[in-house]
Amino acid sequence: MEQILANGIYLGAQYAMIALGLTLIFALMNVLNFAHGQMYVLGGFVTYTFYGQLGWPFVIALLASCITLAVLGALIERFLFAPVIRRSSREESTMLLAAGLAFLFDAIILLVFGEKQRGVPKIVDGVFNWDFKLIMPYDRILICILAILSIVTFILFMQYSKTGRALRALAQDRTAAQLMGVNVSRYSMIGFALGAMLAGLVGGLLVTITGVNLGMGGPTSIKAFMMVMIGGAGVISGAIAGGIILGFMEAIGLAVLSQYGDITYLLIFVSLMIFLAIRPQGLMGKPWG
Amino acid sequence: MIQWAGVAVFLLAIFIAIPGFVAASGRSDLYYTLTSVALLSIASAGVWLTFYIGRINIGQGAFALIGAYVSAILVTKAGISFWLSLPLAGLFAAGVAVLIGLPILRLRGVYFAMISLVLTQVVTLTALALPITNGAKGITSIPLPGGVSIFGLTLIPDFATLENPRLAFYYAASVLMVLTFAAMYRLVNSRLGHLCRSMQQNEELASSIGVNISYIRVIVFSISSFLGGIGGAMFGSIAQSVYPSSFQVADSVNFMLNCFLGGLGYVFGPMLGTLVLYFGWDLLFELGRFQLLAYSSLLIILMLFLPNGLLSLRLPGKKGADK
Repeated sequence: MEQILANGIYLGAQYAMIALGLTLIFALMNVLNFAHGQMYVLGGFVTYTFYGQLGWPFVIALLASCITLAVLGALIERFLFAPVIRRSSREESTMLLAAGLAFLFDAIILLVFGEKQRGVPKIVDGVFNWDFKLIMPYDRILICILAILSIVTFILFMQYSKTGRALRALAQDRTAAQLMGVNVSRYSMIGFALGAMLAGLVGGLLVTITGVNLGMGGPTSIKAFMMVMIGGAGVISGAIAGGIILGFMEAIGLAVLSQYGDITYLLIFVSLMIFLAIRPQGLMGKPWG
Repeated sequence: MIQWAGVAVFLLAIFIAIPGFVAASGRSDLYYTLTSVALLSIASAGVWLTFYIGRINIGQGAFALIGAYVSAILVTKAGISFWLSLPLAGLFAAGVAVLIGLPILRLRGVYFAMISLVLTQVVTLTALALPITNGAKGITSIPLPGGVSIFGLTLIPDFATLENPRLAFYYAASVLMVLTFAAMYRLVNSRLGHLCRSMQQNEELASSIGVNISYIRVIVFSISSFLGGIGGAMFGSIAQSVYPSSFQVADSVNFMLNCFLGGLGYVFGPMLGTLVLYFGWDLLFELGRFQLLAYSSLLIILMLFLPNGLLSLRLPGKKGADK
């Protein structure tokens, strides 16, 4: 039981971070970012290059992941999403753009990093063992703490900094925010960069444990969509709740249902459908987002 | 008059000119490509129809997979003729769509898009878990479609005895595609089509003037899934095998992209979109490992300059009418 709880917290923390970036981008621009999983993979590969290949300190590699993805996110928003949103007669057109971006990132990752599974040396050795009730490698604990710290930092940033306030205002009501003197195009760009940066940060953190490979992008996006649906699209607390719930469901499912084969995800999907039939906007979402 | 001439030219092109051209060039592999385009555009037409009631459908892969499995199981296990299993597969997919649609069609916008995306994954996992679908091994060596004859008159020859089953599949798929799009055109210009347009604009308003919106959206969703099921069933028959990975999330996304690319305001958009995307992908094969890079860059550039679809290029005046 203790083991399941610990696994749930560990999975939940990392999932929540992935969902946060996705929900931030959705809240600001009404864009469903199909490429979020690919951004995560890209972040993982950047950390792999700096930490695994060049042997730089892990923290610097992590920073490099964040910066790369943030710059990439800003450029994508400025030169791709903003013009398409302006020109298109339906806002769903951005989905095609996002899907195209997902393919593009896959192609770039394939060309630059190849399709092999890549791993990096452990950052901390050893395993925490509490009487065989709870066994967890130290690096997982460290990553879990780092993830929780980043989430807390992010929430504080959104709550108390000027940028955070502007972003929240934008998410609530675009026109009203503009009337209050918020530079909408600038903060849209910052928000997108921030969302992409979060994806890169998780990618960099997780490469030390699970490694990274080309095929991880798509499934990660789907998981992020599920978390956002559980919690409610465009709501930060919802994304965190969704991530933690999915993490726990996965941890419990893998522990309890392991003898029935790979049906954990099937059950999660089915219960998600039933849940959404009862509460379409998710736990904390606004009706019809 | 011009419209009828256009239809006649189109029919002549797909039933006479293209087979003639392919026979002359000797590239019979083109039949397979064109058949795929025809079948994928049938499934995309279904997606387009759900767009027509204002729902972003990224779950057509699920219904295509259901259709493929139903047809494969009926043909291999129950020994039913393929031509009978084809409508049955479509009907089964439509039935599933009614069951799933009743709860999830209440969702809108991005929520519906996400849940329909998840649906594809659910069906793939179900196909892996159920015993009748044979798990990851899939159903293989499905026999080619048999013949159909009434009173000794052969309507459809037995595909296995033909010297060129590819051509036969091409004709079958083209006939299906023409029928589908004729039906779509009829539907869009019928009373139901008008009701759909009213729902696309504002569901509450439509409901307030007496449109039974929950009934219509389930009907439209089941028609859409019927088309997906038929497309998938035919695909399974051509490949003579079905696996849980036959239709994946990427395929569902592609169905949606086909509609977007062709233009959501035009009935024939999905056909054009499928043709362009499928052939585009094939043509870029020459680029080897840069194929995906070039393909995705082209997609993004297209989206930047023609965000309302390819057909918006030719018919700028129609845009206002369809909105």
